[in-house]
Amino acid sequence: MSIPAELRYTSDHEWVREDDDGNVVIGITDHAQTALGDLVFVELPEIDTELAPGDACAVVESVKAASDVYAPLAGKVVEINSALEDSPERVNDDPYGDGWLYRLRPEDPKQLEDLLTADDYERLLVDSEEE
Amino acid sequence: MDEALIFERSRPGRAATSQFPESAQSNDIPAELLRTSPPLLPQTSELDTVRHFTRLSQKNFSIDTHFYPLGSCTMKYNPRACNSLAMLPGFVGRHPLAPATRSQGFLACMYELQEMLQEVTGMAAVSLTPMAGAQGELAGVAMIRAYHVNRGDLVRTEVLVPDAAHGTNPATATMCGCTVKELPTDAQGDVDLAALRNAVGPQTAGIMLTNPSTLGVFERRIDEIAAIVHEAGGLLYYDGANLNAILGKVRPGDMGFDVIHMNLHKTFSTPHGGGGPGSGAVGVAPRLEPFLPLPVVARDDGHYRWVDADERPLSIGRLSAFMGNAGVLLRAYVYMRLLGAAGMERVAEYATLNANYLMVELRKAGFDLAFPDRRASHEFIVTLKRQAKATGANAMDFAKALLDEGYHAPTTYFPLLVPECLLIEPTETESKETIDGFVQAMQRILAQAHEDASHLKGAPYSTPVRRLDDVRAARQLDVCYAPANTPEAPEAAEL
Repeated sequence: MSIPAELRYTSDHEWVREDDDGNVVIGITDHAQTALGDLVFVELPEIDTELAPGDACAVVESVKAASDVYAPLAGKVVEINSALEDSPERVNDDPYGDGWLYRLRPEDPKQLEDLLTADDYERLLVDSEEE
Repeated sequence: MDEALIFERSRPGRAATSQFPESAQSNDIPAELLRTSPPLLPQTSELDTVRHFTRLSQKNFSIDTHFYPLGSCTMKYNPRACNSLAMLPGFVGRHPLAPATRSQGFLACMYELQEMLQEVTGMAAVSLTPMAGAQGELAGVAMIRAYHVNRGDLVRTEVLVPDAAHGTNPATATMCGCTVKELPTDAQGDVDLAALRNAVGPQTAGIMLTNPSTLGVFERRIDEIAAIVHEAGGLLYYDGANLNAILGKVRPGDMGFDVIHMNLHKTFSTPHGGGGPGSGAVGVAPRLEPFLPLPVVARDDGHYRWVDADERPLSIGRLSAFMGNAGVLLRAYVYMRLLGAAGMERVAEYATLNANYLMVELRKAGFDLAFPDRRASHEFIVTLKRQAKATGANAMDFAKALLDEGYHAPTTYFPLLVPECLLIEPTETESKETIDGFVQAMQRILAQAHEDASHLKGAPYSTPVRRLDDVRAARQLDVCYAPANTPEAPEAAEL
């Protein structure tokens, strides 16, 4: 299970990457795509949508289940990965790369510090496995 | 053997009426109304058509041919008596627009069905018109909304739904213009009361609950839940999916529910599966009666009549043409009359006994229960998480292997809260021998999983169609047949 050290995470299995321009890229983790199985549909937020932390802003649907994706921090959607419309399998094939979901201009970049580190997230997965 | 599509059997000019050339022409349609191009329908003889559909029906897994323990669906046997009485010529031949004076027999049955459903659920009034469970849900939440709006309380738009609920619950609330707040479930399968207390407020329209829940356990603190929601000004909606477990024993009305939908096609034994026709009758507490969907049947001095919108200006309106699925309602009516009050209690007792017996036998056979400390209601959950980890064979592989054993698979991967789960509901109409046979089949599959899980990955081996590529089917949805070289053909159409 891949958990890149340079990313931040949420307990809802989203990852967040800070880009040089201050925007953040958001996707779902390798664990999330494995648990969901092959995706057949991805619904993304509209550009310019203002999101509050915890807002359900995207949907990932596999043959097993449809799951909401929640906004990890407040901000405005500036770009979406439209390629997923025709090829949702990118999320399965490359969850931290080609399978990114959307790009956000954070309201307060400091909120990033509140998110889980790779170590935190790994511990969360281990704990939930032991339950 | 593969069965060709009916379209592939099509030959130009061949028709059911081909052997009767004289009768095939109808001369009373004006020429300008006749179509100039033939419709895109298969052209086959009557005999070819009958054989085709008979062969397809023989490939079916159905309650008439196989044990069908599909959790949360209550696939019980549909007694033949219900069908033969509902098919009496007086019922079948009645025109839906026949005046009430000419429909007293049918209206009497509908009236008595309303009365029996009120009695067995503890509700004040019932409307039979919703055509299926999802429409019954829609009617229920629409009535809750209408009730609040009619009181001038416009801010109650939030509906609470436990995370174990059927997916239709949040969908229904959304369709009614409400927002959904999800409630967590505690480790024992009950609604988390602390979370409920935090969630209710002046914005709460109501809560949608299934009891017993989809986890197969009875919500023990229902009284407290009802008090919390009512105190906050919200109403309680009962999803009747699992009514079979409590029939004649406990009444949703007595638990504090304000509105309920019943799946007559589950609990009251009318044929279902494959998309209908169903019946999602709704029952309400007195304060919601003015909002019931129409028509309903009333009785004055021994005469039965329709109640329409003139008498019920606050009604949420019509949900179907005429009287819902009249034939389904009649079958449910006969079934209830045959059962009587004692028979209804027996339904709940044997549904629960069969489920608990099967649950214990599967545990003895080495399977893990999702809620080992709880008594099952009419269904229960086995989790194959341990087996999947140890052998690689998951819940889907077990489900497919069951088909080869001659059993319809239980519900798989639902509820979503439990990993690698099978939701199993034997119903009251199965014998001990059938249930024992199912346990032995599960044991054989478990042994196979430990021996050679890859064999299970290939299952089913004996069905007309082997395992489908469900990912490809979803990504390249193609459900319309069109012959090659037509504008509708798949090559030309946008996929």
